[in-house]
Amino acid sequence: MQIPAPFDYERASDVANALALLERHGPESRAIAGGHSLLPMMKLRLARPEWLIDINDLAELDFIRREGDQLCVGALTRHTALLESTEVAGLFPIVRDAELVIADPVVRNRGTIGGSLCQADPAEDLSTVCDVLRAKAVIRGPGGERIVPMSDFHRGPYETAVAQNELLCEIRFTIRPRSGSAYEKVERRVGDWAVVAAGAAVVLSADGTIEEAAVGLTSVGLDGTVGEAEAVLRGQQPQEDLFVEAARIAAAACHPVDDQRGPVDYKRHLADELTRRVLRRACVRATGAEEG
Amino acid sequence: MTTTQEHAPNPAAGDPNRPIGFGRIQRKEDPRFVRGKGNYIDDIVLPGMLHGAILRAPVAHARLVSIDTTEALAHPKVRAVITGKDLQGLNLAWAPTLSADVQAVLVTDKVRFQGQEVAFVVAEDRYAARDALELIDVEYDVLPPLVDARRALDPGAPVIRDDIEGRTDNRIFDWEVGDAAETEAVFATADVVVAQEVVYPRVHPAPMETCGAVADFDPVDGRLTLYETTQAPHAHRTLYAIVAGIPEHKIRIVSPDIGGGFGNKVGIYPGYVLAVVGSIVTGKPVKWVEDRSENLMSTSFARDYIMQGEIAATKEGKILAVRTSVLADHGAFNATAQPTKNPAGFFSIFTGSYDLKAAYCKVTGVYTNKAPGGVAYACSFRVTEAVYLVERMVDVLARKLDMDPAELRLKNFIKPEQFPYANKTGWVYDSGNYEPAMRLSMQMAGYEDLRREQREKRGRGELMGIGVSFFTETVGAGPRKHFDIVGLGMADGAELRVHPTGKAVVRISVQSQGQGHETTFAQIVAEELGIPPESIDVVHGDTDQTPFGLGTYGSRSTPVSGGAVALVARKVRDKAKFIAAAMLEARPEDLEWEKGRWFVKGDPSVGKTITEIAFAAHGTVPLPDGIDGNLDAEVTYDPPNLTFPFGAYICVVDVDAGTGQVKVRRFIAVDDCGTRINPMIIEGQVHGGLTDGVGMALMEIIAFDEAGNCLSSSFMDYLIPTAMEVPDWETGFTVTPSPHHPIGAKGIGESATVGSPPAIVNAIVDALAPFGVTHMDMPCTPARVWEAMQGRARPPV
Repeated sequence: MQIPAPFDYERASDVANALALLERHGPESRAIAGGHSLLPMMKLRLARPEWLIDINDLAELDFIRREGDQLCVGALTRHTALLESTEVAGLFPIVRDAELVIADPVVRNRGTIGGSLCQADPAEDLSTVCDVLRAKAVIRGPGGERIVPMSDFHRGPYETAVAQNELLCEIRFTIRPRSGSAYEKVERRVGDWAVVAAGAAVVLSADGTIEEAAVGLTSVGLDGTVGEAEAVLRGQQPQEDLFVEAARIAAAACHPVDDQRGPVDYKRHLADELTRRVLRRACVRATGAEEG
Repeated sequence: MTTTQEHAPNPAAGDPNRPIGFGRIQRKEDPRFVRGKGNYIDDIVLPGMLHGAILRAPVAHARLVSIDTTEALAHPKVRAVITGKDLQGLNLAWAPTLSADVQAVLVTDKVRFQGQEVAFVVAEDRYAARDALELIDVEYDVLPPLVDARRALDPGAPVIRDDIEGRTDNRIFDWEVGDAAETEAVFATADVVVAQEVVYPRVHPAPMETCGAVADFDPVDGRLTLYETTQAPHAHRTLYAIVAGIPEHKIRIVSPDIGGGFGNKVGIYPGYVLAVVGSIVTGKPVKWVEDRSENLMSTSFARDYIMQGEIAATKEGKILAVRTSVLADHGAFNATAQPTKNPAGFFSIFTGSYDLKAAYCKVTGVYTNKAPGGVAYACSFRVTEAVYLVERMVDVLARKLDMDPAELRLKNFIKPEQFPYANKTGWVYDSGNYEPAMRLSMQMAGYEDLRREQREKRGRGELMGIGVSFFTETVGAGPRKHFDIVGLGMADGAELRVHPTGKAVVRISVQSQGQGHETTFAQIVAEELGIPPESIDVVHGDTDQTPFGLGTYGSRSTPVSGGAVALVARKVRDKAKFIAAAMLEARPEDLEWEKGRWFVKGDPSVGKTITEIAFAAHGTVPLPDGIDGNLDAEVTYDPPNLTFPFGAYICVVDVDAGTGQVKVRRFIAVDDCGTRINPMIIEGQVHGGLTDGVGMALMEIIAFDEAGNCLSSSFMDYLIPTAMEVPDWETGFTVTPSPHHPIGAKGIGESATVGSPPAIVNAIVDALAPFGVTHMDMPCTPARVWEAMQGRARPPV
């Protein structure tokens, strides 16, 4: 049994209460949802919060609902709920692609989308997913509510726009016709962090050209999406040459590091290979044809 | 002779679904496990029990300057803090290992690996014990570490074991076997010679339950009761008596339910000794249970062999000789568990399943700044490394000769009429019939169809590989004239009591860590006496309750203890004959045995069942001279030879050409372990071992950085396989009984761990053949496979 450093614990009853508790207990207090990142870090004594504010009772943050052209997902929504939602799979197949390869069922039953985004691990799959879907984060704090695009949400590894006394409450995705998305990850074993993963989302025009594109990469030190690759894709007919070029740009844009999961050149190769794969699949999905 | 019958048909056995003897029955121990009623070390709670925690070194190599325990001792819940200096006073700072070396219990002079034990805190609860570790102030003077075994013998390499007088380098031993000159002569004239460096990286058994102990020293009568995660309780008792000076009759070792061993729980760890010292110092029972990181960083690793392999053959593919030189990384202390005369374990079985003209190997063991250990993870005393080497080399040869690897093996097998077969390194293989097993595996796999599919896929640029391995194991150590561990002969005892109502208790010296002893050994007695297995209890794991013996590892339980149990049952059966004769007023020589009863020859209606005989034994029937009034017996079994199980494995993999990811699509395992006692348990053992094999082949490695930091100290970094990485196992069998074992059984516990890694790696290398790849080392992670595809395959260490 691995034993964390001593800490105190309180269970929040609603969002207002959670914010009050975070405020009261100050900078050494941390909100805990699924706990699948925070608890292992505490057990290894890499994280030593003095207070844990448990937000698992905040049922008001556990929802998936459509509002106009927005799909709104509560921050406390479990991975399993995202994985099993046919609405999510239909609108944003990339979410299902990613959820299928996030850890294992035990983790997915507890882990939440809000926790994943706030942990902001460079290998976090949902960060890339939300980046390429150009999602928006709804954050509440003592000063009220603010809405932050993903491009401003991420502030680097393990850092986000959510201040210590704030809570991420909701993630919003814009629903667009003729859109498609996909995610693919290479891991050493099921449940391992990504060696590299890639995500792509496209919106096609009525004439079949690419109107909007987003390309993101996981675990390779990329800040946000690959704008240069997206610019190349925009306005073009989806075809293999184009994907090859966009993937080449994406691979050149990332900054992988050598580690136990692989050397730099392999990771760069994967960035290229996986970008091509997800672009292909996203475009097929955008045309409404299910890939065989 | 080889058959495909699991065991002799036995009409007297009754309902085949409830065999009285050998056959498929559910495990007797499982109801308590599936109901959460197992009793593991951490379930043991004694009145007044305290808790220990170990402070471990953060660096790999450092002089210990000072330890300040003042603050830790001031913690309100801390009862004792023990340092190396305290142990020196008790003459316990160093303890002998199982390989004629010593190991520090707590550091006194310098740290020799990251994670080494530095101090021990005893506190009122385990939280306080853990917290108090942070209150101990240790000053280290960091030294340059020796991490790369290939540099261990360089002049100027840091000398790790400066505690040993006169030692000026890191060489532990040089060991050779076979005839070097004869082998050289064969190599010099051979048509074809292939050479390949083959690395078996350091891996870890990672049992589900980590190691732990509860020590309870009674200061009044001087008696030590030690609950431990041990695979060898009796051997531990003797060692504690020798090391700690506690009289052996005052020591009781209890090994309760054990959550996996795989060799990880053979040796004595500092934590066990520290729990004992903690109990002596505080006068209270002390529990110590390591956490996962401690288990991975400090307990017995496995493998870590860098092997230079060579094979000589004719151009027609007749293998003539195998030669190898090995650099063995033993870590900071030589704590390998192995029979005394075998510093490289049973590695000399690297001659494999082939009829060779010559063979030679040389093994050099070296110290490095890494955790000690070396024989663990279901390796059969290094048969795993040996089989991996020869089976990889045979594939390298097959590629060189452009021959099918299955065909090449079939061409070179030792022939059935050559058994018992004396190989070139001193083993006598007891029995074997290799071709039928190989043919069966090929038939189950649809080998020709698979090769056809592979050709088609290659035409489309898809990467599919088919890997073959054929292994011969050497297990069941062993005859006491050849095998001992620190002087203790490797025999095992058994005691059998049949109670008056015909229910029996058999007490054995080996200890189960999940192998199903409570079922298998009951079935052996059932087979011999005709008492249903459910009427036989198996007692094990408590030195006060069981006869002496060396324990469970190296697949020795069935070959050694299984022999003891069969013989003790036969002894009871023989005794029952005399009692039955007295009951029937017949002469013993006029009686005949059928399963469960003695009857009068020629008149089967007149007889007595074991149950009737058991009651009479304890009853009033006048007994012949020399027959005691019971139906009990005991034996100690000294096996005449080891046993040599074998098997033919075929693996099919698909490799993603774009990412290097390997998918094990199919795995066919044909095992021959002689007589099959409980086929269901055998299949379970095989499934587990094959899964181990996937882990080692694809993902497992205990890695270190240049500073000697262990990079694999949690399950986030030390990957073990899940159900997602393994296919549906396809198992088959042939039965070639051991001629010398009382029931012809050979042992199965490690066969699959030994045989599967080469099949998987051979399949991957086969898949990568279009890229010109002829070898790659484990673990075959996506990155390493991709590098091999780029022509940049590199050793993991």
